[in-house]
Amino acid sequence: MKKKLSGLFFTALLMMAVLGGCSDGTGESSGDKSSVVVGIQQDIDSLDPHLATAAGTKEILFNIFEGLVKSDENGNLIGAVASDYRISDDGLTYTFTLRDGVKFHNGNVVTAEDVKYSLERVSGLLDGTALIATLSPDKGGITSVDILNDKTVQVTVGSANAELIYSFVAAIIPAGSGEDESADPIGTGPFSFVSYTPQESIVLKKNPDYWQEGLPRLDQVTFKIVNSAETALMELQGGTIDIYPYLTDSQAQALSDGKTHQVAVSPSNVVQALFLNNTVEPLDNVLVRKAILYALDKNAINKYVGGETGSLIGSAMLPTLSDYYVDLNDVYGNEANVEKAKELLAQAGYENGFDLVIDIPSNYEFHMQTGEVVAEQLKAVGINASIHAVEWNTWLEDIYNGRNYAATISGVTCDQTPGYMLNRFESTSSKNFINYSNPEYDEIYQKAQKALDLNEKADYYKQLQKLLTDDAATAFIMVPGNMTAISNRLDGYKFYPIYVQDMSTVYVK
Amino acid sequence: MLLASRRKVNKYFIAGLIMTGLAVFCGILGFFWTPYGTSAMSDDRFCAPSPGHLFGTDNFGRDIFSRVMQGMGTTILVSVLVVIFSAAAGIILGALTGYFGGVLDEIVMRVTDAVNGFPSILLALVAVSVLGQGRINLILSLGVVFSPSYIRIVRSEYLRLRDADYIKRARLMGVGKMRILFVHILPNILPVFGVSVMIGLNNAILAESGMSYLGIGVQPPDASLGNMLSDAQGFLQMAPWYALAPGLSIVWLVLGFSLLSEGIRRFGE
Amino acid sequence: MRYLAKKLITLIMTLFLVSAAAFLAFQVIPGDVVTSILGTEATPEMEEKLREELGLNKPPVVRYFDWVGDVLRGDLGVSYRYSKNMNEMLPVAELIGGKLPVTLWLAALSLVLIVAVSVPLGVFWAKSGSRVMDAVLGVATQTAMAVPSFFLGILVTYLLGIVLGLFAPGGYVSYKEDFGGFLRYLFFPALSVAIPKIAMTARFLRNSMLTEMNADYVRTAYSKGCTKRRVMYGHVLRNALMPVVTFLGMIMAEIVAGSIVVEQVFGLPGIGRLLISSINNRDFPVVEILILYITFVVIFVYFFVDILYRMIDPRISEK
Repeated sequence: MKKKLSGLFFTALLMMAVLGGCSDGTGESSGDKSSVVVGIQQDIDSLDPHLATAAGTKEILFNIFEGLVKSDENGNLIGAVASDYRISDDGLTYTFTLRDGVKFHNGNVVTAEDVKYSLERVSGLLDGTALIATLSPDKGGITSVDILNDKTVQVTVGSANAELIYSFVAAIIPAGSGEDESADPIGTGPFSFVSYTPQESIVLKKNPDYWQEGLPRLDQVTFKIVNSAETALMELQGGTIDIYPYLTDSQAQALSDGKTHQVAVSPSNVVQALFLNNTVEPLDNVLVRKAILYALDKNAINKYVGGETGSLIGSAMLPTLSDYYVDLNDVYGNEANVEKAKELLAQAGYENGFDLVIDIPSNYEFHMQTGEVVAEQLKAVGINASIHAVEWNTWLEDIYNGRNYAATISGVTCDQTPGYMLNRFESTSSKNFINYSNPEYDEIYQKAQKALDLNEKADYYKQLQKLLTDDAATAFIMVPGNMTAISNRLDGYKFYPIYVQDMSTVYVK
Repeated sequence: MLLASRRKVNKYFIAGLIMTGLAVFCGILGFFWTPYGTSAMSDDRFCAPSPGHLFGTDNFGRDIFSRVMQGMGTTILVSVLVVIFSAAAGIILGALTGYFGGVLDEIVMRVTDAVNGFPSILLALVAVSVLGQGRINLILSLGVVFSPSYIRIVRSEYLRLRDADYIKRARLMGVGKMRILFVHILPNILPVFGVSVMIGLNNAILAESGMSYLGIGVQPPDASLGNMLSDAQGFLQMAPWYALAPGLSIVWLVLGFSLLSEGIRRFGE
Repeated sequence: MRYLAKKLITLIMTLFLVSAAAFLAFQVIPGDVVTSILGTEATPEMEEKLREELGLNKPPVVRYFDWVGDVLRGDLGVSYRYSKNMNEMLPVAELIGGKLPVTLWLAALSLVLIVAVSVPLGVFWAKSGSRVMDAVLGVATQTAMAVPSFFLGILVTYLLGIVLGLFAPGGYVSYKEDFGGFLRYLFFPALSVAIPKIAMTARFLRNSMLTEMNADYVRTAYSKGCTKRRVMYGHVLRNALMPVVTFLGMIMAEIVAGSIVVEQVFGLPGIGRLLISSINNRDFPVVEILILYITFVVIFVYFFVDILYRMIDPRISEK
């Protein structure tokens, strides 16, 4: 009896294991085809290109979907599904001419109907909910989409905005596919969707009908979700990942012998800052905020955390948007000015310093490490800074949406729109989580929005950047560099000024 | 009580005492003095262990030995408080449920069942998510996780002793309930309870470092052995000592306590 | 029979308590799946639409009992976070079903390692009369038991992976693609799980055997002229192994819970990692089912062990 039972126990265990093990065994072998594995950090948040919000998802979907226009590696817009477009002088009518012979992955030719459907879906004309806020009719976006003929679509918008064209990168999908229950993601991009396994990978294959001659060059691309930055390095060295775009400084050093991978540095589109809540004591005092800006040693942060690949910034604009950017690093300096900081603190009545809690989303190693350096630098001027690591959702709810914090270190991922970052400092903006309020700023921002001349607009944007710096609205730190490891067996990788992993030009040497 | 035992002092006890003694000494000292500032950064990054930096330096050029001292202190402090919290909860709830039984017993037992069934690390994860991160909350949540096993041990001892002759006599003599519970019975369960406290201490050390390793325990820039280990993992190749120092310190601490409890157990034999 | 019925009721009550507690916890912790999905790009209209789509605009109590009703009908719901295709979300059963094999194989492989190493080791230890061997094994097993699993994982990664190059850390191969490669990779995490348990089991078996060796029946067997070999393997080991089997049962429960950390270290896409990321994503349907599943396995294993105990030792009365 006893023997039988123990036997039974083991059989049961084995059954458990075997039953679990032999589910479906769909194996795939890449064979002789050229394929590439790209390591990515985050799982994707949606397979619907209009619903996806995470930068980490958009950079993958870039390969599957295209808009009427898309951005190239220089940050300029080029025609994609549309071969050409024209904006009327009053800025209210956009006329798109569709490119000949662009096909969806299901083999159907893209029609004006598909374009109309897609634009109405994102702008909310279809069901009342805008999926891309800037295109919403309530925000001066699309008010109507008219098909002029088979090849021409005219879009009317509510108000003139020179930056609105950037929103037309929104994916064109087959008409009705947003409501079709079991639709696989179908777009017009260089690769088509094969499979997605949560927490493991997304597999794409070549789109043989792609409209750009000679592209894509690879047969298959696998985006592999990497568990942690730590394992990514080991996978690179073990050869299970070919491309990995988010190396840390020390990982880049470990790969620096160049035996297996080349490490390339490119600027990212993340604005990292020690965000200061302008309405919380003592940070509501401009002198205190200035003292903090003087106390920071941005060079040291760049050295310890950024591997000296970051571009230091003094205001809210990506330096890569050179037409709009103004270098304001000199105002408070890139080195710490302890004397000046202490002097300002004394003026503000805090000669003995104060306690400051810095909330940091704990899933971002980069910001956490920055926090450790920043806390040390603030201690040097008498501000007793402590780090409070918060989970990402808590950060979103309490700090970003709730604005219940004093200081936080985080990064804002910008798109190509030059005003993207400046928009959130308008006093009424729902994204103004630092509670910055300056009537002059609001006024200039409104003028900038109405300006159709790009030079005039750039001029306003530069004024806005200066205002932010003069008010010490927040302590901008840097735009971190992106260090990308690329396997020696590959070539043709292109860097973009936005988060995009364009695999179409990559090929095996 | 234990040292007064006339039995021969055994090797386990001595080895355990030396190891724990050293660890506790370093840990307590770490609260007041460390060779370098525990968060002081320098340009000497990733230095291998040397006489200047016993355990080397980390990615910010901080002295790992100083941080291990601080981390050791934190880990010991948190673990001891967790055990005190859960042991106290165990004694009070275990005594009441074991002695009186009834509805309270049923409720407490079902709740401890649920807590036991829940994977402990998950429970702590949820508790920390609810309470927020930080040392006090870590202690509270681990305390909740560790309580059920103590409640069970104490309860079963009270269940066994409540019908013992001397307790019956005490009841007949009209001794108050609280007096019976905590003056008459409690001392008799201490030997059994003592061993489980030592084991609990070990589990608490492992749990604290596990939580901090997963990033939900002690927060930087405060050092804890667990979060040092998780930071160090990214530098395993270029600075293996960074991971080895806190890792081996945990092993040292746990081994010390288990040798000590093994030694104490052997006194009893 | 009454015993079984009572256990069953306890199990159901515990599962109910656990699910209610998890639901409650989700009500209390900051953020929900909507903030998690929309992140910093959220607009109030989008939030409202998503809440409506996910059915989050109903009162909590209604939602909980809706959920309980669905589960009782066998509908485990769909993940809030993971898509199946463009417009559908992945059913929880399918999601967990895809991850479960990884964790179960890890547990199975660990168990095989534990049994394969600890039984011979324990027997050898009990038989060897040498005091030196006794001391060496004593210290070695004490030390092995003191290593936390995540540090052991790091050590295995460093020594066997980086220094000796026996495997590519992080180079997990899906069981769907290459089962052999999957098991080969899984061997190393399993080793990290197994080592402390091997030490524990070997110690336990040794003590159990030493106790048996002093038992009366052993002396009787010898006096009847049995060979030492026959006494050892025919009688002592057989009797000593029984408590070890139940001990292993308890270890099984620990392995399932403990694999959460080891999966994190080795980058294994098992249910432990799914659980942690689902908590972070506030993916309530997935977290609930995972917690219920883990709780069920743990309680079931303990229950099984309990029954085994009764079979072995009839002195444990039904109480």
